[in-house]
Amino acid sequence: MRFSRTSKALGVMAIAALALTGCGGGGSTAGGSTGGGASKVIIADGSEPQRPLMPADTNEVGGGKVIDLIFAGLVSYDPSGKPVNELAESIEGKDGKNFTIKLKKDQKFTNGEAITAKTFVDSWNFGAAAKNAQLSGSFFESIKGYDEASAEGSKVETMSGLKVVDDLTFTVELKQPESDWPLRLGYSAFVPVPSGALKDPKGFGEKPVGNGPYKLADGGWQHNVQIQLVPNPEYNGPRKAKNAGVTFKIFQNDDAAYQDLLSNNLDILQTIPTSALKNFKSDLGDRTINKPYAGNQTIAIPEYLPEWSGEAGKLRRQALSMAINRDEITKVIFSGARQPAKDFTAPVLDGYSDSIPGSENLKFDAEKAKATWAKADAIQKWDANKTFTIAYNADKGGHKAWVEAVVNQLKNTLGIKVEGKPYATFKEARNDATAGTLTGSIRAGWQADYPSLYNFLGPIYKTGAGSNDARYANPAFDKAISDGLAASSVSEGNKAMNKAQEILLTDLPAIPLWYQVAQGGWSDKVTNVDYGWNGVPLYYNISGK
Amino acid sequence: MTPENIAPDQRSAAPARRHIEHFVADFAETPLQATDKVKEDQAPLSLWGEAWKNLRRQPLFLISAFLILVVVAVSLFPSLFSGIDPASEACQLANSDAGPAAGHPLGFTQQGCDVYARVIFGTRSSVTVGLFTTLGVLLIGGIMGALAGYYGGWVDAVLARVNDIFFALPLILGAIVMMQLPVFRTNRTAWTLVLILVTFGWPQIARITRGAVIEVRNADFVTAARSLGVSKFGALLRHVLPNSLAPIIVVATISLGTFIVAESTLSFLGIGLPPSVMSWGNDIQAAQASLRSNPMPLLWPAIALSITVLSFIMLGDALRDALDPKARKR
Amino acid sequence: MATYILKRFLQLIPVFLGATLLVYFLVFSLPGDPIVALFGDKPVNEAVAARLREQYHLDQPFWIQYLLYLKGIFTFDLGQDFSGRPIAAVLGEVFPVTARLAVMALIFEAVFGIIFGLIAGLRKGKFFDGTVLVASLIVIGIPIFVLGFLLQFTIGVQLGWAKPTVSSAATVQDLILPAIVLGLGSFAYVLRLTRTSVIENMNADYVRTATAKGLSRFRVVRVHILRNSLIPVITFLGADLGALMGGAIVTEGIFNVPGVGNRLYRAVTQGEGPTVVSIVTVLVLIYVVSNLLVDLLYAWLDPRIRYDA
Repeated sequence: MRFSRTSKALGVMAIAALALTGCGGGGSTAGGSTGGGASKVIIADGSEPQRPLMPADTNEVGGGKVIDLIFAGLVSYDPSGKPVNELAESIEGKDGKNFTIKLKKDQKFTNGEAITAKTFVDSWNFGAAAKNAQLSGSFFESIKGYDEASAEGSKVETMSGLKVVDDLTFTVELKQPESDWPLRLGYSAFVPVPSGALKDPKGFGEKPVGNGPYKLADGGWQHNVQIQLVPNPEYNGPRKAKNAGVTFKIFQNDDAAYQDLLSNNLDILQTIPTSALKNFKSDLGDRTINKPYAGNQTIAIPEYLPEWSGEAGKLRRQALSMAINRDEITKVIFSGARQPAKDFTAPVLDGYSDSIPGSENLKFDAEKAKATWAKADAIQKWDANKTFTIAYNADKGGHKAWVEAVVNQLKNTLGIKVEGKPYATFKEARNDATAGTLTGSIRAGWQADYPSLYNFLGPIYKTGAGSNDARYANPAFDKAISDGLAASSVSEGNKAMNKAQEILLTDLPAIPLWYQVAQGGWSDKVTNVDYGWNGVPLYYNISGK
Repeated sequence: MTPENIAPDQRSAAPARRHIEHFVADFAETPLQATDKVKEDQAPLSLWGEAWKNLRRQPLFLISAFLILVVVAVSLFPSLFSGIDPASEACQLANSDAGPAAGHPLGFTQQGCDVYARVIFGTRSSVTVGLFTTLGVLLIGGIMGALAGYYGGWVDAVLARVNDIFFALPLILGAIVMMQLPVFRTNRTAWTLVLILVTFGWPQIARITRGAVIEVRNADFVTAARSLGVSKFGALLRHVLPNSLAPIIVVATISLGTFIVAESTLSFLGIGLPPSVMSWGNDIQAAQASLRSNPMPLLWPAIALSITVLSFIMLGDALRDALDPKARKR
Repeated sequence: MATYILKRFLQLIPVFLGATLLVYFLVFSLPGDPIVALFGDKPVNEAVAARLREQYHLDQPFWIQYLLYLKGIFTFDLGQDFSGRPIAAVLGEVFPVTARLAVMALIFEAVFGIIFGLIAGLRKGKFFDGTVLVASLIVIGIPIFVLGFLLQFTIGVQLGWAKPTVSSAATVQDLILPAIVLGLGSFAYVLRLTRTSVIENMNADYVRTATAKGLSRFRVVRVHILRNSLIPVITFLGADLGALMGGAIVTEGIFNVPGVGNRLYRAVTQGEGPTVVSIVTVLVLIYVVSNLLVDLLYAWLDPRIRYDA
């Protein structure tokens, strides 16, 4: 019977469907307790960590957020970026080169292991040694003996600059004086890890054991789905948890997270996506924040390109900088989610100044831009058929809109050919940048690792520095930076850093565009939301309503 | 015998028998000789000739042909339709998301570009991508699918498995790799996309063609043609393929739109056309960010795209009707 | 028939080798060094990079990398992804989720596509036919990332009928909206394929015979028209199941579905060769099997179709 065969076919399909759909499930739902105040579990947005959750191996935000909550180092940063002692009793150093670090008594990991001076020295040595292949190893580069330990194929596993004095004291000797070195100690690479982590880093990275305000719940890391943290009752530092836990729900993009926030499925969203910038204030009312943090966006222009080298290149870069109307772009494209840049650092930092001589080069002035461009042309003619490109990675970050806006402004003001050049992936962009094979400019964003002016200058613009995409080399600038590091105090150091910035503002190896502003929102189920100096919400401080 | 077992179409095999009445009569009474007599002074119309004769009279065909002509004209000579050339006149951010104004009938995008001019000038890339990708996949997929389905056996085994391999390749993986070939690194145009989409798009048409050919290859009229001495390959060309066209036409016309949209989706993932190349897909993708505050810059290119697809779908319908004698009104 | 099926399964071997080789080659030629990218904008420590390259065999030439991967497969070790997890575990997580989503999308597009296509075909040129044409134009003309966002915002956020993103368990209920969005694109194909087939078969002699025989309209439509119109639709659906299983990067992104598309996209952008190849290998298996099922369905739907064993 044909009739029944058709129905049979449909029946088989339906059964197959049921079988397939029925086997769903497993895992618990991201949902918190409904209680208010301190019994509320905070649901926050996160991204899947790239590497195992090993502090010295984590260098991106997804893992970084978690590491910061489950570990505590010598110091942590308060909301303004000032270091506050966590495990450290004191950090002393007079010459900016030798430091003595004393630890607080009776500190423990959640597995009961005691934290001593040796724990720190072992953890740092582990992070620096090449054989352990930790991505953030270079954070130990200032310590004496780092070069030996981190060299390719090196058998040396310890840094000679680290010495255990007694159970609670150890000393650090740096390669050269660096007055801001203690400021760096709040970065996640410097936290202690239990001895088990050094034996089996991979296994540890799956189920990390820390000493921070939170600990990973049992089976808390459900890959690509969520990471559940519960408060660590033994933690007694300055970042005591005021809620019943934090669950990072893993999102592939901010747009999805925003929809979840609107439906109260998410309690806090770190960054409002660009597609919602025009609506989020009316969507969320006063449940939003707008706070500058230590990050900026620049366009780096490699000096190895002939038309961008020498005096003509410098004038051209100044002309480009003055042809960009930063106020208009931050207002129209970002709806105020960025602030026009006035220097190479960020306004939340200690020592920041918005009026360093040379900062007028960052102001929009169409006439002056044209005149400066003409001056450069008089030295070396610009080929009218040449297209100036601004490269960016298109896979994340939403850079396309602002790059297009800058492109149009440069076209309009200077009358030259300009184009945005998307790289499909971040990795391709980084590859060309580190290999020195760029054919035009490239966007460069910098998020501070620790709250210091030097972090925005040294690693990016010093001759031969690791992130020097522009291949900028200026002995005068290098000298000014070394002077700053050798200064007797942080404030003296800051003055010297800003002197160094005067040189940068004339040379413009990169064109500063704007400062990052943390623009986040939260659900009506939580309260007490504030952001840190680095644009990350202070999760421990959030409580239920 | 069940009614379904009669082949759906016997016309092509024996065109002259079309007017035989279906009743049983004594052989001697039936003027078979007269009916079957080929009119020798009249050249027989080929399948396509007859289709064309039918097509010319169909309003559906005339409307779609007119629309397609307009779209082609716009893509060839955009400056005739818009006074503004968006390539030479850069957009002013001051006009961001502004509504219609004199000389700018459709308003502005987030970047302050004239929406109307961009839709007009974006036609060329989008139509190139849609049309030529469709032709490309029809050619490759059609041949592969037809051979696999018709010959079966080891030909099918080889071709259909190659098909499987290509079907499983992730488009983004292929697109990222191909975009990086030295030829395309500096010069990325609509043709680059055509190449990529053809490379990864042909398996679908191949499968549809294979299925359609398998359905038809055992039909009575094919057997009849073969027994009349038509070669195996000749039967494929003259009898099997023309009768398998309907699903191929449907999939191809819809794919035309899908390919134009695919360009947009690739842009969304960051691997489409560079922003300097104007296309509907690029504009739809760029407008997506301000969808809630200003949906118009997204709507207009989407409408242009839909009209183009509509005209090709109508053309496909008309063509199919013309090729299929059974669907014709008698 | 059994020999035919057996032969088809034997063909899996060359398909498997061909697909893995091709995909491995593509991943190998992906631009950019994945290890350099792991460092982000931070300085690259060459010693660390060298260790990591060694660990993932990235320092080896292409053939060695591929053979090492093959060896891994035969010893049931697919290797590890960049976060140090066994790829087999990753596959076990993503495929069930996507399978649920794909089957739901397939049911949606099949049921609605066939019903609407049937009605449109039976009433060719009438109002309903025109309406579904316009509806399918909307589905074709607006990219999924726009449609998905709109449905998510209106149904998920404003009306609150469904959760805007799936929960961690990705239950059937969570996946209804994503499945509809995912199925919409193919819905247009199914609809128009059915419609065209129905129009073609409506005028077939056997349908006229059936009507003349005095069969009810319902029976004529269901048994004689629909059944004979299904072959192209089945072909399409069979191929589409594979495509849907390949993961819908965009749809999974919009609704935050932790499935194949999302993981594959990340693996491709990060250059994780073994992860990409493993996912694609499973996909090839699914394609081959779904293709076989479709071929068997042909013979079932139309007895004239025979395969030489």
